[in-house]
Amino acid sequence: MAVDLTTRIGSLTLKNPVLTASGTFGYGEEFSDFIDLDRLGGFIIKGTTLHAREGNPYPRMAETPSGMLNAVGLQNKGIDYMIEHIYPRIKSAGSEIIVNVSGASPEDYAEVCRRIAERTDIKAVEINISCPNVKQGGMAFGTTTSGAAAVTRAVRAAFPGVVIVKLSPNVTDITEIARAAEAEGADAVSLINTLMGMAVDVERQRPCLSTVTGGLSGPAVRPVAVRMVWQTAKAVKIPVIGLGGIMDGRDALEFILAGASAVEIGTANFIDPQTTVKVIDYISDYCQRHGVDNVSDLVGVI
Amino acid sequence: MVKKTITDFTIKSSTRLSETYALLKLTPADGSEVTPAMPGQFVQVAVPDAPHTFLRRPISVNFIDRSDNTLWLLVRNAGEGTSRLCSLKAGEHLNIILPLGNGFSIPEAEGDFRRLLLVGGGVGVAPLLFLGQALAESGREPEFLLGARSRADLLELDEFERFGKVHLSTDDGSAGVHGVVTQHPVMHDPGISRIYCCGPAPMMKAVAAIAREREVECEVSLENMMACGLGACLCCVENTVRGNVCVCTEGPVFNIKQLTWQ
Repeated sequence: MAVDLTTRIGSLTLKNPVLTASGTFGYGEEFSDFIDLDRLGGFIIKGTTLHAREGNPYPRMAETPSGMLNAVGLQNKGIDYMIEHIYPRIKSAGSEIIVNVSGASPEDYAEVCRRIAERTDIKAVEINISCPNVKQGGMAFGTTTSGAAAVTRAVRAAFPGVVIVKLSPNVTDITEIARAAEAEGADAVSLINTLMGMAVDVERQRPCLSTVTGGLSGPAVRPVAVRMVWQTAKAVKIPVIGLGGIMDGRDALEFILAGASAVEIGTANFIDPQTTVKVIDYISDYCQRHGVDNVSDLVGVI
Repeated sequence: MVKKTITDFTIKSSTRLSETYALLKLTPADGSEVTPAMPGQFVQVAVPDAPHTFLRRPISVNFIDRSDNTLWLLVRNAGEGTSRLCSLKAGEHLNIILPLGNGFSIPEAEGDFRRLLLVGGGVGVAPLLFLGQALAESGREPEFLLGARSRADLLELDEFERFGKVHLSTDDGSAGVHGVVTQHPVMHDPGISRIYCCGPAPMMKAVAAIAREREVECEVSLENMMACGLGACLCCVENTVRGNVCVCTEGPVFNIKQLTWQ
């Protein structure tokens, strides 16, 4: 019997629970030589802001044990460029496109979402209140309940589709931030964004990154992410999307069993561009092996 | 554009060229043809059994030999990942994504570019062998200017000599001109109409400065640190006249007019 991988996030129905994490999958087309994009549950495109951003100076990346630090700083050409030049190329993809949105103020976030609603058929946005690599906005909103609430409220008023709020792990209690987003009408939360970290080039006696600190991703962060997903799934009624160091199907199931309705594949895309489809196949095989008809039956069994 | 592939290769031979360099010759494990690549393009190699090497390693295409269907990679031992690559033996396997990046431009117009100088330093000589072959096959006369610390670090000289005249410089004077490549007279030869350069950043900047001053076309190949190699992560950016661009997709080869090196 075929396993039902259908996953619901608010009013959005995904063909399977596997998404790509923003900033690790470009606009999807970078991976079209390696995978059939139609197979994905959806892909979350690069963090987009109201105006173009050049990002941070090089070096922006440092390899670390079982992971990497990045300090890209939301380099992107702005929402209008995305809508006019990139969206027409990718809109025929057979999986859901979700735009990751960032801003320096709640009004910025709302305006980007308004333009997406008015000028595209995109049904969902992921609100990034957790980028550790920008001076203004970003993580500042994701580390207080009032900041998370203010951004979610502004976006909720501007965007009729599905609003996913992406949470920062750089907090004492992630569940209270999740509850603040839920209370303001978020349809789902995704977690975790990168953990703030730092690496030093000891020979040159300088930080490895131009920005000194950056965001840690990769399997190094996975146990932290699984724990936070488990805590958050118990604290909110809306779906939780889990991410953080998923390298294969087994890792994805850790998140699903801990309470994630869907997962995002991030850094693994850099190492094996076919990770997403391998994870989908693994989840399907796993369900068959365990006599599970519907993947949603596995969500949060722990 | 050639479709990128993820291919398992078998190592046909691994030759230690010096203490720090190895030349790997690889052929697809399934017997298929090596995916075509252009000179200047690179590959992303997954390093097996290296627990501290999380990301793939970007390595230039040194050569593709159609006669025996091999991809050549010249590897400098610069850390755990590349040390592991240098120690691999014939018969072992490597998973490689290729081809990546843009490649050098081959001049089209007959006669416009008669003498072309290919300047390489250290492991930066790697892509110039493949480029030299392409230029020679298109009827150009490539000349190579290869720089190294000493004679023992000059790599693949017999291979370069197949495609053009080879000029040398060494820091210690053990071969060719005593000094760095920019001190070699051929760098200042007015007959040179175009320069291709790959090597350490200070060397490329010095070569670019001469090319700019003499108004000679010049392309350089950058080796900014990369994660994905596919234009997705935006980590390897170089600041250019068009702002920050990915070296992995818009490079690694840049005309120096695109760069903000002045």
